[in-house]
Amino acid sequence: MTSRSKEKIAFAILTLTTILVTMPVILIVATIVKQGIGAINIEFLTTFPRNGMREGGIYPAIFGTLCLVAGAVVFAVPLGVGAAIYLNEYAGENLLTRLIRLAIINLAGVPSVVYGLFGMGLFVIFLNFGASILAGSLTLAVMNLPVIITASKEALSAVPQPFREVSLSLGASRWQTVRHIVLPNAVPGILTGIILEVSRAAGETAPILFTVAAFYLPGLPSSVFNQVMALPMHLFAISTQIPNISLETRYGTALVLLGLVFLVNSFAIVMRAILRRRRKW
Amino acid sequence: MHQRSRFDSVREFIVEKTVLLSGLASIVFVLLIFVFLLKEGLRTFGIVSLEDFLLGRKWYPISSPPKFGILPLIGGTLAVTVGATLLSVPFGIASAFYIAEVAGPRMKEMLKTGIELLAAIPSVVIGFLGMVIVAPFIGDLFDLPTGQTALSGAVMLSLMAMPTIVSIAEDAITAIPGKYREAALALGATRWEYICRIAVRAAAPGIVAAVMLGIGRVIGETMAVMMITGNSAQIPHSLLQPVRTMTATIAAEMGETVPGGDHYAALFAIGLVLFVITFFVNLVADVFLHKDRGTVQ
Repeated sequence: MTSRSKEKIAFAILTLTTILVTMPVILIVATIVKQGIGAINIEFLTTFPRNGMREGGIYPAIFGTLCLVAGAVVFAVPLGVGAAIYLNEYAGENLLTRLIRLAIINLAGVPSVVYGLFGMGLFVIFLNFGASILAGSLTLAVMNLPVIITASKEALSAVPQPFREVSLSLGASRWQTVRHIVLPNAVPGILTGIILEVSRAAGETAPILFTVAAFYLPGLPSSVFNQVMALPMHLFAISTQIPNISLETRYGTALVLLGLVFLVNSFAIVMRAILRRRRKW
Repeated sequence: MHQRSRFDSVREFIVEKTVLLSGLASIVFVLLIFVFLLKEGLRTFGIVSLEDFLLGRKWYPISSPPKFGILPLIGGTLAVTVGATLLSVPFGIASAFYIAEVAGPRMKEMLKTGIELLAAIPSVVIGFLGMVIVAPFIGDLFDLPTGQTALSGAVMLSLMAMPTIVSIAEDAITAIPGKYREAALALGATRWEYICRIAVRAAAPGIVAAVMLGIGRVIGETMAVMMITGNSAQIPHSLLQPVRTMTATIAAEMGETVPGGDHYAALFAIGLVLFVITFFVNLVADVFLHKDRGTVQ
């Protein structure tokens, strides 16, 4: 066999494999949309569950997830962007920087359920926040810190070095340079990181199992020290804990969760595409 | 030009220390996670010895006296991880080569977006689909009493490890200096010969890192395995048995425990074991990732 025909066969196999790898995404989305779309209506999205969650809507779960995501962003963004500024603009190549980098890699690898344990130990019990929006958001924030740091750092390091040199040579201080020259140019990249954090925080279940999520609540939370229901937790509950729920309701809940996550994600994807096209340097 | 005032230099100082503190936060959190796992979990080893904990064959946390042997749970995690790795590594690496070396620019963009969306699917959604579609299918296929087996978990988890493996391996392949490729093609090699004789070796450290991080992802995955693998704490002898992983045990049982009790402490001790395992997996991956790229013997 000539090496050309060998190449053809090999590439055909690679193509086939790749189709096999990407097929599930399409299958998953198609299945959930097809089976779940029937359940989606105004009532489903805006009312409370009824009859032991077998009827009615999923409004409190959607609301709870939005609360948790907002909380996670509030806590994680300043800390994450701050850390990225430190690593990219201030830190030298030394032991401390290496340790910070190692810590970030590690945070990214800790299993989600271990974050749940940590959040329970520190926020729920030790700091006595109880199972609450506050404890859940903080847990999600710590978990998503690496996402924000990595994306922000990448955005900052994409700003060309001469920008900084010109600013500094004109007499601007370090912080003035970061604040007025580097950050504005890095904002779209940082936003992409934040959006990815939002999508991750919205879909996580294990970290909120013991820190905030309630199986069922008759009302909306009135403060950050209350528990909430959350979409992923709700899907888990109606899939495994409650018998005789129509498959359509379950698929409908999965569709709302997946739709939310994909919507947020496509913002990030579109934003990155625009960013690449617009970059002037 | 305006003179820098005292106020300015104070502000500079404050900003510098603030960003330093945010940088240190990551280290603080890793330490806090470790400390709290120790604080709540270490008591377990006053009840059972470390050896009986890790190698004990019985996990009966609520019988009296309780038995806290996590070997069945380690076995469950191992079964699911090995299965998922065997499925996702060959497919993932082949796709990485396709995306990096074969696909055209438009195709590349589409595939990368697809992989990214796969990564974005929440694990509870994967678990749900595994439960209603994949597990019954596998049950029928092998004529089993229940399809909720290690194999069902491995199939779904291989999907979750795929994005990690593909994207990191693809980065490593793309990072190979262009001159290797040019030299190979100039000497008359086909693109395929370049891929399997040169690119595979040049990207090897990155590919190893990709596999390690994929494995780390599978070991730590919780919701999907809990929903699909049948939750039975027994040492598995085949992939067609129900199993229970370490992560699923924590998630499933924590709700029933009394904070501060023995069972509660034992679950934190499992968390400690998971933390140590993933710590090393990530450390090794990082070492490979930062090996000098593109050195071919």
